[in-house]
Amino acid sequence: MTTKLMGQGVQRVEDDRLLRGQGAYADDLDVGPGLLHAAVVRSPHAHARIVDIDVDAVLDVEGVHAVFTHDDLTGPMADPLPLLIPHPALTHGRTQYALAKDEVNYVGEAVAFIVATDRYVAEDAVGKVRVTYDVLPAVVGIDAARRADRLVHDDVPGNLGARLEQQTGDAPAAVAAAPHRLSLDLDIERSACMPLEGRGTVARWEPALDRLQVWTSTQSSTGVRAAVAVKLGLDLGQVDVITPDVGGGFGVKINHPWPEELLVPYAARALGRPVKFTEDRREHFISSAHERAQVQHVEVGFDDEGRLLGLDVEFWHDHGAYTPYGLIVPIITSTQLLGPYKPGAYRVVFHSLYTNTVIVTPYRGAGRPQGCYAMERTMDAIAAYLGKDRTEVRRVNLIQPDEFPYEHHLVFQDGRPLTYDSGNYPEMLDKIKALVDWDSFPARKAAAAAEGRKLGIGLACYVEGTGVGPYEGAHVHVETTGKVKVATGLTSQGQGHQTVFAQLVADELGCRFSDVEVVTGDTRRMPYAVGTFASRAAVMSGSAIHLAARRAREKALRIAADALEASEDDLQIVDGVVSVKGAPEVSLDLGTISVLSNPLRYAFDEASKRATQFQVGDPGKPPVAEDDEPGLEGRDFYSPERATFASGMHAVIVETDPDTAEIRIVQYAVVHDCGTLINPMIVEGQIHGGVAQGVGGALYERMAYDESGQLLNASFMDFLMPYVSEVPDGIDVDHLETPSPLNPLGIKGAGEAGVIPSAAVFAAAIEDAEGFPITAMPISPSELFELRLAQS
Amino acid sequence: MTLSTDQQTGEDLYDVRLRVNGVVHDLRVPARRLLSDALRHDLGMTGTHVGCEHGVCGACTVLVDGRPARACLMFAVAAVEVDITTVEGLTHPDGSLGPVQQAFRECHGLQCGFCTPGFLTTITAGLEENPDPSHEEAREMIGGNLCRCTGYQNIVAAVERAAVLRREGQERP
Repeated sequence: MTTKLMGQGVQRVEDDRLLRGQGAYADDLDVGPGLLHAAVVRSPHAHARIVDIDVDAVLDVEGVHAVFTHDDLTGPMADPLPLLIPHPALTHGRTQYALAKDEVNYVGEAVAFIVATDRYVAEDAVGKVRVTYDVLPAVVGIDAARRADRLVHDDVPGNLGARLEQQTGDAPAAVAAAPHRLSLDLDIERSACMPLEGRGTVARWEPALDRLQVWTSTQSSTGVRAAVAVKLGLDLGQVDVITPDVGGGFGVKINHPWPEELLVPYAARALGRPVKFTEDRREHFISSAHERAQVQHVEVGFDDEGRLLGLDVEFWHDHGAYTPYGLIVPIITSTQLLGPYKPGAYRVVFHSLYTNTVIVTPYRGAGRPQGCYAMERTMDAIAAYLGKDRTEVRRVNLIQPDEFPYEHHLVFQDGRPLTYDSGNYPEMLDKIKALVDWDSFPARKAAAAAEGRKLGIGLACYVEGTGVGPYEGAHVHVETTGKVKVATGLTSQGQGHQTVFAQLVADELGCRFSDVEVVTGDTRRMPYAVGTFASRAAVMSGSAIHLAARRAREKALRIAADALEASEDDLQIVDGVVSVKGAPEVSLDLGTISVLSNPLRYAFDEASKRATQFQVGDPGKPPVAEDDEPGLEGRDFYSPERATFASGMHAVIVETDPDTAEIRIVQYAVVHDCGTLINPMIVEGQIHGGVAQGVGGALYERMAYDESGQLLNASFMDFLMPYVSEVPDGIDVDHLETPSPLNPLGIKGAGEAGVIPSAAVFAAAIEDAEGFPITAMPISPSELFELRLAQS
Repeated sequence: MTLSTDQQTGEDLYDVRLRVNGVVHDLRVPARRLLSDALRHDLGMTGTHVGCEHGVCGACTVLVDGRPARACLMFAVAAVEVDITTVEGLTHPDGSLGPVQQAFRECHGLQCGFCTPGFLTTITAGLEENPDPSHEEAREMIGGNLCRCTGYQNIVAAVERAAVLRREGQERP
């Protein structure tokens, strides 16, 4: 038997092409002659009424083909963009227009769309559009939004988009009755996904065929397809959306349709020429999504051991100027806050608030980092209050391995019960303590202190609901050459899907890994799909591909059994060859079985010659049986009843400079449980990347808005994304594998895990080093320095 | 350099001769045409990526006479008289992956691949200057390039691996 590829660190099939510079990202595509280039006029004001847009000067610019403003949009294009995920609590949901109508609500909002012979000329023209604004006072930051003495939208009182409350038990009463009580006020600021490739869209309208093709850097090709069809008044069958190579997503490309994803195809159809839009970096800062900002208040009641008797949380979530992605981020914060713990009673209330800033949609972790931060800061506060070891306070609150499935009696982001499927949190705690040598740290800290150095250690635990529905699908097709073509609809942004999915197919079908070719995110190949978010690709498409490969295998065995006059039970498939166990010379390769599966009339090569209906099958029966289909294929869908819950614990040791307050990472350790591992090399890569983003979010990155709503650091010069010099030199990773009972392979998601506990774990370590509470993240050396001054 | 006028935009155009990966290309561009755009859109060599257009991220790094340079901070008209090497020029003459490319593959040094060409060119030049970097030097070598996917761990490993592959390649007869 060939070795199973499940669990092997197989090298990526994607790499060869990408390493040669032969990747094909949206801006690389040359989709035909006459390609035109778009640029966007964006609002320079955070809040203003549009009095007039004068495009006369643009029409004189040589090379400009068209200028669109809202007045030029017709039909559904003139309506607001979709509110993708409505929720009953989102009583005041608002979305922007593809091009602003009457009002702008953040710096960067699209106002006009210019199409020209090249981007240089298009940008020249941007500077010549005269927009007259009546500037209004801006609402910036959560405090201003709560004060509500100014409103973002006139018809949204209190700037309140939504208020949602969930509870299990009577948390206020449990807190009041508890032997010990604490309250915490916590802050966390904005950051953003910042993929190295911004957004990009190319479209080509084919008038002779009445068809549109769109290539876009998205996390949901089927979502964009549906939106484009609706907005342009086309049937789904007239629209193909193809996801090219995508230079990172991290969440920002799941929101859709972006204005340009509609305007590019709209202009392409209007002008009869292909059109391309490539976002530049400044545009990405001011017109693509941000995330994370919340203000949190925690009331907790606990016993002498630190057991959570009542947990009562209220938080205020800054969702920016509009709510296209609904309440997903704050709902996730409010539910995933609980982590691996089981409070006696829990209540959470959130207020989702409008501000005159860039919209907030999921960024890797999607609300979980904030929830983890609230919970873990609370755990540390309890330990400090009781004078107990922080790991011990956590230990007495952990859900135990025999308590799964664990029902929290709350509703999760997918509208289904928050029920953890499996995990082993006590063992995980043992592992992280061992990995970071937790118990010997006090001695290490004391030794450092004797040298005048300040060390601190932090720990943070999380549980992550991954693989939410509704479904993903897969199609597996064995060609007559024996090559296996696989399609699944969700998209890829560097996760190595082509590799891990090929591993699954090779294992289940029994073909050679090198014969498998996987296509993702192409609606021509798989029109039914949801998208890549919530660490769901391996769980959802992985399971669907496994099931589809199984169907192809079943069919191969059925045909082979017939042809070889053997029982299916006696057959095996190894390296693409079906043979009788114990008699390997009695065999057929998968390519031949593919030939047999498809009776043909016309012969055009040796393989098809064998497949003509005159050669194959019983002349007394139909060439294709009534309950059968031609072709060696398998197609299936995976639709779980609920999410599966991955988990992890991170620990970090930091050293803070006694003079400069510089924060240096001494050691970073991760224990991670994403169920059965498909490819540990790729999972570790995901963890490394997540940790680096977490370091950025905890220590460096923030969106520096001034009071008028100008983003002051909208460039890589000023927004401090980590270089190698900012990330730990080495990350210690240990895995725990508690398979999920919810899918055939026991998989849980891994993509977001690395970033979830970062704010919590760094706050804890810095607090430990400094000896005073850290309640606002991110924290810079100058802020730490100020805190020291305030303490002394 | 001769001057002509773009029929569509009325812009003055300059004839420039670029030597890219040892091949000479003649093209006619406006003075403001960035080298990155000339490579990508005029020559169709889209392996050089543009991540920020202000010289910070390093994705567009090419080698100019062997030294790393940001193609988004150079005009095409200023890139005559030099030898330009892009990611497309880093393979061995027989078409197999060069040592830095091979090391990235072995070490899982890339995820989305967008920043990768800039790392590959930077490290190629770095190893030319310092063929046997220490771990610290390997980290320093990539200190000017941004990657949002990998957390740099495997890129550092790839630098160290590339140094080994490079030496092995040179020892081969």
